[in-house]
Amino acid sequence: MKIHEYQAKALLAQHAVPVPTGEVARSADEAEAAAKKIGGSVVVKAQIHAGGRGKGGGVKIAKDASEAREIAAKMLGMTLVTHQTGPEGRVVQRLLVEETLPIERELYLGIVLDRALGKNVFMASADGGVEIEEVAAKTPERILKEAIEPGLGLTPFQARKLAFGIGITGAAANLAAKAMMALARANRALDASLAEINPFILTRDGRVYALDAKINLDDNALFRHQELVELRDLNEEDPLEVEASKFGLNYIKLDGTVACMVNGAGLAMATMDIIKYAGGSPANFLDVGGGANADQIKNAFRILLSDQAVKAVLINIFGGILRCDTLAAGVVAAARELAVKVPIVVRMEGTNVELGRQVLMDSGFNFTLADGMRDAAEKAVKLATPVRKDG
Amino acid sequence: MSVLVDENTRLLVQGFTGKEATFHARQALAYGTKVVGGVTPGKGGQTHLDLPVFNTVAEGAKAAGANASVIFVPPPFAADAIMEAADAKLALVVCITEGIPAADMVRAWAYLKSHPATRLIGPNCPGVISPGKCKIGIMPAHIHLEGHVGVVSRSGTLTYEAVGQLSALGIGQSTCIGIGGDPIIGTSFSDAIRLFNQDPDTHAMVMIGEIGGNAEETAAAYIQAHVKKPVVGFIAGQTAPAGRRMGHAGAIISGGSGKAEDKIAAMKAARVTVCPTPAEIGETVWKELSQLSNQTP
Repeated sequence: MKIHEYQAKALLAQHAVPVPTGEVARSADEAEAAAKKIGGSVVVKAQIHAGGRGKGGGVKIAKDASEAREIAAKMLGMTLVTHQTGPEGRVVQRLLVEETLPIERELYLGIVLDRALGKNVFMASADGGVEIEEVAAKTPERILKEAIEPGLGLTPFQARKLAFGIGITGAAANLAAKAMMALARANRALDASLAEINPFILTRDGRVYALDAKINLDDNALFRHQELVELRDLNEEDPLEVEASKFGLNYIKLDGTVACMVNGAGLAMATMDIIKYAGGSPANFLDVGGGANADQIKNAFRILLSDQAVKAVLINIFGGILRCDTLAAGVVAAARELAVKVPIVVRMEGTNVELGRQVLMDSGFNFTLADGMRDAAEKAVKLATPVRKDG
Repeated sequence: MSVLVDENTRLLVQGFTGKEATFHARQALAYGTKVVGGVTPGKGGQTHLDLPVFNTVAEGAKAAGANASVIFVPPPFAADAIMEAADAKLALVVCITEGIPAADMVRAWAYLKSHPATRLIGPNCPGVISPGKCKIGIMPAHIHLEGHVGVVSRSGTLTYEAVGQLSALGIGQSTCIGIGGDPIIGTSFSDAIRLFNQDPDTHAMVMIGEIGGNAEETAAAYIQAHVKKPVVGFIAGQTAPAGRRMGHAGAIISGGSGKAEDKIAAMKAARVTVCPTPAEIGETVWKELSQLSNQTP
């Protein structure tokens, strides 16, 4: 689960990571009031779940409260397009108003899970303020890493190694090391899957701050963080994906024309791939899971079909636990109830497949039955492609 | 022969009396797996499916002579169940549970490092089957056929797809290992491929990967250095968008790594025959095996 910068900073502050003084604002009035309270010049930052906000015009400096108000009035409601939002962009609904700080250096701190090590790894780099992926690709030696031992956390000596390693000297190194250990503690306490401070700044008077903050939470651990679940901002998510998640369906909207409904994540990805291979484009990823019931199948259908771009549906099920006849009955019921107009190609294999086929053929609906994944993909792509009339 | 599980596997079911565990324990028994009992804390002394229920894994291991377990425990308690099985010195632990917090698996991983006698398969996996001998997990038994191809995969249903194609062509499997779709798993592609490579009865392998991480690249390096047997591969997620988790917790392209194209390139460089779509896995293995039999008169 993603959260906003201002939420991440509030959580980090609770764990003693130094963050600039700031307040969230949902209106120009609130932005002006926040700026007045902070005093002097302030930074107004658009709060959306995507990076690259500065380049898109989502980060502006105001010399006083009245300018903060003007900027906020323009920024709120604007559609911010960055390299991470896609061309449709995101509508700005919240702002973070923060004190300005005298920046001496921009550094990078981050914690990610290293799959091969089976541990979290703390990363620090002297090259902050740019995308860390770029640093990793061009100058990987400029990213220092320390593996975090579970149970121990980031130790003081590891933090000092990193602080000195990225060129912080004197008393500031101590402050930086403390901030790093605090970040590691926050990461652990929040069950974060990613915690990143970019840039982590050193000020001209020797202080350190998290000038930006990005925290992703481990969805699998949310059961023990009810207070964090409330930070979810549904405005930042695709409405169809939000709808699907209510029914325990794993749905991701894509921009193609062939919708697919599959059991199992791997098979669902492979189905998208084979649609592309057959010359079409997948409209979504949808894993209905191993134990889908008729109700889930109906809802899955409804969600797939509410995407106006969909021209055909491909159902690809390898029945193990989920029996083919159960699936077929669910599909028929859904097609009837939703008065489905688009062509549906069904490919089923596994438990009770003959019974399942019979259910589909007896339904009175014009399902296209396919034999194998390739046949299914070819048929679905053909049905989704508009027939060209010559002349 | 086969790897990991066979006629000598004596299985305990952790979370035995739950609905899923009961269903799959029945299926395993019907297949001929030697299920010797199960564990449900607080229900020790009872019987379930005519088998003894124990309070702890250690007790079950001792009393029933178990050497393996399968875990159907809910996510908040599953990492603890893995460590309990390792503490009881079971040689093999298969964790089916999906949705274990990554931080819990980090701790369990460290625990397993200090208990090297135990091999973990999963979590978030369909399990392991040596056709005709032993089935541990949730895979549909009837699609499998006894034979000489080792299958290893991060995905459940995509494995069934591949196995279904193989069996339809009359190509049997020595062992099929679902290693799981989570970022931290007990047995990697490299581990599974090493086991298959050392098993004289496994003549060829199928490796089914997906986006996320770089375990496929690591396995490709191992194959290049050590494996002479034919390996057929497939990578799912060639059309998956970056930064989105595709169902499996581990299936995500992040920070420019974990892309399908990089995995495919690494596998091709290691002389793995990579299928462009999963529909070709069966026939590709068939071709590889026929070339093999032409070479060895």
